[in-house]
Amino acid sequence: MSKIHGSKSETAFRVINGLFMFILAGITLYPLLYVVFGSFSDPAKLSRFRGALLKPMGFSLKGYEAVFSMKNFWLGYRNTLFYVAAGTAISMLLTILGAYALSVKGYMLKKPVMFLIVFTMYFSGGMIPTYLVVKQIGFVDTIWSVLIPGCISVYNLIVLRSSFQSIPRNLIESASIDGAGHIRILFRIVLPLSSAALATITLFYGASRWGAWYSAMVYLPNRRDLYPLQMFLRELMVTENNMDAVADEFSTESANFYLLKNVIKYAAVIVSTVPILCLYPFLQKYFIKGVLVGSLKE
Amino acid sequence: MQETTFCVLHAVSSFPTLTGRESLQKKYKRREYNIMQKMTTVSVPAKKSGFFQKLSKDFKQYKSLYLILLPVLIYFIIFCYWPMNGVIIAFKKYKPRLGVMDSKWVGLENFQQYFGSAFFKRTVSNTILLNLYNLIFGFPVPILFAILLNEVQNKAYKKVIQSITYLPHFVTTVIVASMIIQFTNSEGFITYLVNNLTGHSGSLISDASMFRRIFVISGIWQSFGWNSIIYMAALTGINPDLYEASYIDGANKFRQIWHITLPGIMPTIVIMLILACGSIMSLGWEKAFLLQSPLTYETSDIISTFVYRKGFKEQDYSYSTAVDLFNSVINLLLLTLANSFSKRFGESSLW
Repeated sequence: MSKIHGSKSETAFRVINGLFMFILAGITLYPLLYVVFGSFSDPAKLSRFRGALLKPMGFSLKGYEAVFSMKNFWLGYRNTLFYVAAGTAISMLLTILGAYALSVKGYMLKKPVMFLIVFTMYFSGGMIPTYLVVKQIGFVDTIWSVLIPGCISVYNLIVLRSSFQSIPRNLIESASIDGAGHIRILFRIVLPLSSAALATITLFYGASRWGAWYSAMVYLPNRRDLYPLQMFLRELMVTENNMDAVADEFSTESANFYLLKNVIKYAAVIVSTVPILCLYPFLQKYFIKGVLVGSLKE
Repeated sequence: MQETTFCVLHAVSSFPTLTGRESLQKKYKRREYNIMQKMTTVSVPAKKSGFFQKLSKDFKQYKSLYLILLPVLIYFIIFCYWPMNGVIIAFKKYKPRLGVMDSKWVGLENFQQYFGSAFFKRTVSNTILLNLYNLIFGFPVPILFAILLNEVQNKAYKKVIQSITYLPHFVTTVIVASMIIQFTNSEGFITYLVNNLTGHSGSLISDASMFRRIFVISGIWQSFGWNSIIYMAALTGINPDLYEASYIDGANKFRQIWHITLPGIMPTIVIMLILACGSIMSLGWEKAFLLQSPLTYETSDIISTFVYRKGFKEQDYSYSTAVDLFNSVINLLLLTLANSFSKRFGESSLW
């Protein structure tokens, strides 16, 4: 295709297409840019302005000051970092164990166990029965309710299993002839040879932990101090009726708060999204790999 | 049968090694006896204890493997299968005081209550319509985008466009919902633009007739770039010679796309479509939940948000579970159907 540099219509198509892509990327990026502009705007000017921002309205950092002074925001940030680190570790451990066990051939319970696990992808007890179980084992209002339920993604497990299965069998067989047990084979041979798949799946887990909020909402009814960042963001921005609770944090200038409201929201979005977007260029290729690996499983 | 013959041969070959020592002789006698027993058990097919014997042997042989599997199994049993047992409260009048097992059976009362209520029609049609619109409008966009992006020759430009369009995928659901609310509330810039262009008045997010549009358009914004990855990969599999040949035959770009590109990625499109149909009742509840308000329930209240509200807000556990079970069963049917279709098309399947 690249050899052909043809007719006028071909060139016209290319120019129009390139332009169209530019516009499309612009439209995609604009909502995010709008938030950036809004976060740096002057609160008074912004509250009077209607329509599409093309640059910050005036300049102020009041939104950021307010966000940085919110205790809950930092609390949420800290909790989220903990949930991402600990949760991803737990998820990875269990997923690796499951994927390895299901990649080995020959033992009797392999098929039934595989079925049991895959079946949970298609049918679940549902919200309330799961909640009752979490409550019954005493996880409600503890960090475990956020960390453990839902920590294994069957999809990720199957993807990792296919990656383990693609390791040459004779490598594993020769190790086991040399007397290596399953645990040694797993850690010395299988894991080092699957580093790309492991990286991808770690990222998938990390990203979903970062954005998770549902289990905190349901399982932590009385422990606001354990809320992840997304829950505080939800309170700040989605459930408007909680605005007063948020405003209480600004007791000295709560009248001011309603003026600042929009700038604070924009600044909060920026502060909670920028870290991810900074990592994004480095991680993008692993994510893409993950999408493609997943689509080719088995 | 094969096993038996093997045993016999083995026994025969070991006889010459008998060297007169009594203990050895005894040992071989016992082995012979065992073989005999084995042969008889082979001829008698019913052997219940045999399975458990085999199983315990299997446990011994693969002890470390079962140990590796154990924590995973425990997880699935506690957090997936134990709740499945709890589903029986859908057929009971659950009282927290009595617990799951001791609450009173009421048969199908909870289901009848749901099917008979106005909520049934509202939640089911909202769920189907929301996902259907999402599918109809959201499904073709990544395909078109991938095809057009594929025509961009400049590699660096292509890469920049890709990176930008993938970006919204990495914004969390809560933040996407926050942004949508912020832009479509009475002060939002999208409300301002739409109201000026169409004569609509008031905020968009609290207008029930706008909910589906907001949901679908924001969904396209967030995922069209990311969803195009799989089609981009499929596009690289098309033989470039086809394009050259068609060019020599005088085909223009449009004809090339129509006759080469589209057929080239058709298998991927079909599979993705089937899979999307399979999950038509189960997508996007988090976003719908975050975006909805009592003002828009008329169009925004889908089955899963209704389940949440009934269960956690109104504490009607049994009723909520019944509705959830209804939804799960439909999902299971749809997924099974989709899977059998995708198997028929041969490219891939879910299990």
